[in-house]
Amino acid sequence: MKSGSLVFLTAFVALAFSWTGFVLVPQLQLGRLEAAKTVPAGDAYPVARSGQARQGAEVYRSLGCVYCHSRQIGQQGTTVEVTLTSVGTNAANVLSAIQKAAPHLAATASLASVPQVLGQVADTALADDAVTAIAEAGGEATVAILPDGPDIRRRWGRRRSVAQDYLYDPVVQPGIRRFGPDLTDAGATRASAEWQLLHLYAPKTVVPDSTMPGYPFLFVERKIGKTPAPDALPLSGTFAPPDGHEVVPTEEAQALVAYLLSLRADAPLYESPVTPPPAPATNGVAVATK
Amino acid sequence: MTATTLPSPGPIDRSCRSPLFALFGGAAGWLALSSAFGLAAAMTFHNPALLAGCSVLTFGRAYPAWAHLFIYGFGVPTALGAGLWLLARLGRIKAMNPALITVGAKLWHVGVLVGLLGIVTGDSSGFEWLELPRYAAVILFLAFMLMTVWLFMTFSWRAEPRLYPSQWFVLAAVFWFIWIFSTAVFLLQMHPVRGVVQAAVAWWFAGNLLNVWLPLAGLAVTFYVLPKLSGKPLHSYYLALFIFVTVALFGSWTGMPVQAPLPAWMGIFSSTAAALMVVPALALGILVVKTSGGGDQPPCFGGVLCFAKFGAFMLILATLLAAVAACPVMARVTEFTWFTEGQVLLRLYGFFAMTLFAAVYHILPRISGREISPRRVRAHFWLAMPGSLLLALPLLAGGVRQGLRLADAAVPFQETARAAVLWVRISTLGETLIALGALVYLANVGWLILSHYRALLKREMTDALAWQPVEVKS
Ligand code: HEC
Repeated sequence: MKSGSLVFLTAFVALAFSWTGFVLVPQLQLGRLEAAKTVPAGDAYPVARSGQARQGAEVYRSLGCVYCHSRQIGQQGTTVEVTLTSVGTNAANVLSAIQKAAPHLAATASLASVPQVLGQVADTALADDAVTAIAEAGGEATVAILPDGPDIRRRWGRRRSVAQDYLYDPVVQPGIRRFGPDLTDAGATRASAEWQLLHLYAPKTVVPDSTMPGYPFLFVERKIGKTPAPDALPLSGTFAPPDGHEVVPTEEAQALVAYLLSLRADAPLYESPVTPPPAPATNGVAVATK
Repeated sequence: MTATTLPSPGPIDRSCRSPLFALFGGAAGWLALSSAFGLAAAMTFHNPALLAGCSVLTFGRAYPAWAHLFIYGFGVPTALGAGLWLLARLGRIKAMNPALITVGAKLWHVGVLVGLLGIVTGDSSGFEWLELPRYAAVILFLAFMLMTVWLFMTFSWRAEPRLYPSQWFVLAAVFWFIWIFSTAVFLLQMHPVRGVVQAAVAWWFAGNLLNVWLPLAGLAVTFYVLPKLSGKPLHSYYLALFIFVTVALFGSWTGMPVQAPLPAWMGIFSSTAAALMVVPALALGILVVKTSGGGDQPPCFGGVLCFAKFGAFMLILATLLAAVAACPVMARVTEFTWFTEGQVLLRLYGFFAMTLFAAVYHILPRISGREISPRRVRAHFWLAMPGSLLLALPLLAGGVRQGLRLADAAVPFQETARAAVLWVRISTLGETLIALGALVYLANVGWLILSHYRALLKREMTDALAWQPVEVKS
């Protein structure tokens, strides 16, 4: 290369390409993303966080939780699950129908109670065969297609993360490290504010072999007044404060916990469906939009 | 560097003196401090309760403080100083307006300090490799522009029209930094984009910083120092040109994790680009071996050449590791683990820092006319070289162990963390060696600069004393 302008031209072209691809195109494609509708309920998703939880997001950023915790779920394939919802009038008939259509499901089916998860089959065609056979025998069954993969089996989330999940985050931190567990669904798996507060104060109080650092500076230790504060931490043993003292969370700790409890991404979206298992998950969807 | 007294520096070297003292001196201090934060962060994995009471040193602040000080405190100013000197030397022209460049350098260090205070008090932006808060970013950007205006001037007024490969690399590195830094600061901090676009911009920035800017800025030095110190010409300009173009073309597409909540094509582009980076890495291997290898070379005992050679080989190794980790089958294991950390640290300490040390040890004696004792340079080498390996390699091993367990949902989470922790603790040993090396470096650089100013002061004093009687007489 003989001239300086050629150097700049090369650099400019290379960088302009990648800038267009990785900055401009995503902005055009996703920058104006709107809230989606959950499927099938049709609720708007996501819903903006409460003021306190938004404040908590700032605490989360400021303390650098992202250097140990990711907030993104990957998915590797799906599983197809057949659930028996009714045995109709003739249980024996249904049982033999299942045995015929999908023998490995029947082996575990005692049919004592419904709804009952019969098990997983290889693909939707097999599942449909089983459902038809059950219907012909007078019973009823449903098929659920569930996302699969190690992240989901660890109960870190119910489906893969999608762009919508981050729509209202002021600072988007998907994280690239898992020195601690993924927190995508932490508000659902650790739904107790007291657990979260204790865990932040000293992780070993609730997870004895935890390697997470504590955040005692988010709490104040003070003399107990006339009556103990209602939000004082129930500490005991080596973690207990000196006699006559109590440990209470600061506003920051409360906000951080509000944020952690708001972390749920189980709303089923068209792009990333979750066919909810029968009973509990439907209210999971309702809560998720709070 | 020979043991004889050095010739007094020529006008070009003298013109670079004050900006380079400001850039290199401050950077050496930041490097030592960054190692201190790195060690504080590592303590978390030995005893998480140890520093828990201290909000400034909690892992989530000590770690970004380390990264901030390494990249913006040490890396950018040192690379910029080396770049200025290369442009002046190769262009056969004095640095333009060194006084303003010195002002820019000092302003830069102020910006780094402001950024550090922001991060440890909880004002971090939350984006990796760009944690410095907005107000610090503005200071850094102004300082950078102030310096690079004169850098470009120095280049365009050069007396020697022909270009040497190092010049392409310096110019492109400066250009790259301005573009990616301003884009990232503007779209993440000034006028934030919404949702996952933030993540895309942040990863684009990080990919370009680590996989393009770092190699460009470092190889500018490598391609100058290797031929100079091994007494052979650069083996092939065309190979250097090939490396330049391929790093710019492929490296700029790296950065998007395979499993990101982004459109799938982005991850695919990035893993392909990371795989293609093997091409410039192999070309670099050929170029380094052909330029500085061969039977007539004295073996490497820890001199300046060893820094540069070791650095180049570690860039090759890190690039190969990144390519392996980006292939989707491997990514399922290594993503989210210590493996990535090990690869990046090999790039930062094994390649980038070592190469910049070579530049500084080569340049400082020339601009000051003072020698750094080869023993002290060797001491630094024998701390920094094993340190960088001992820091990075255990993390690679620990990362694979951790990743294999993370990928198997039947293994409880705590076990995945336990699988890596021994290796992480071993790597602290490497971090300690690096920190000691950084202290030796600070002493080497600081001593040289201080003794220069002491001599200057002495001369001024004697001049002043010698001058007065003259005035009395007249
Ligand atoms: C040094 C790494 C590290 C840092 C920094 C860190 N964590 Fe953790 N975190 C862990 C580890 C390891 C675990 C698993 C053990 C446990 O539950 O204590 C964990 C567990 C958790 C859990 C329970 C998750 C679950 O599903 O069981 C929550 C919630 C959590 N961390 C929140 C936070 C918050 C909030 C911050 C920032 C203030 C934070 N962590 C900072 C390492 C870390």
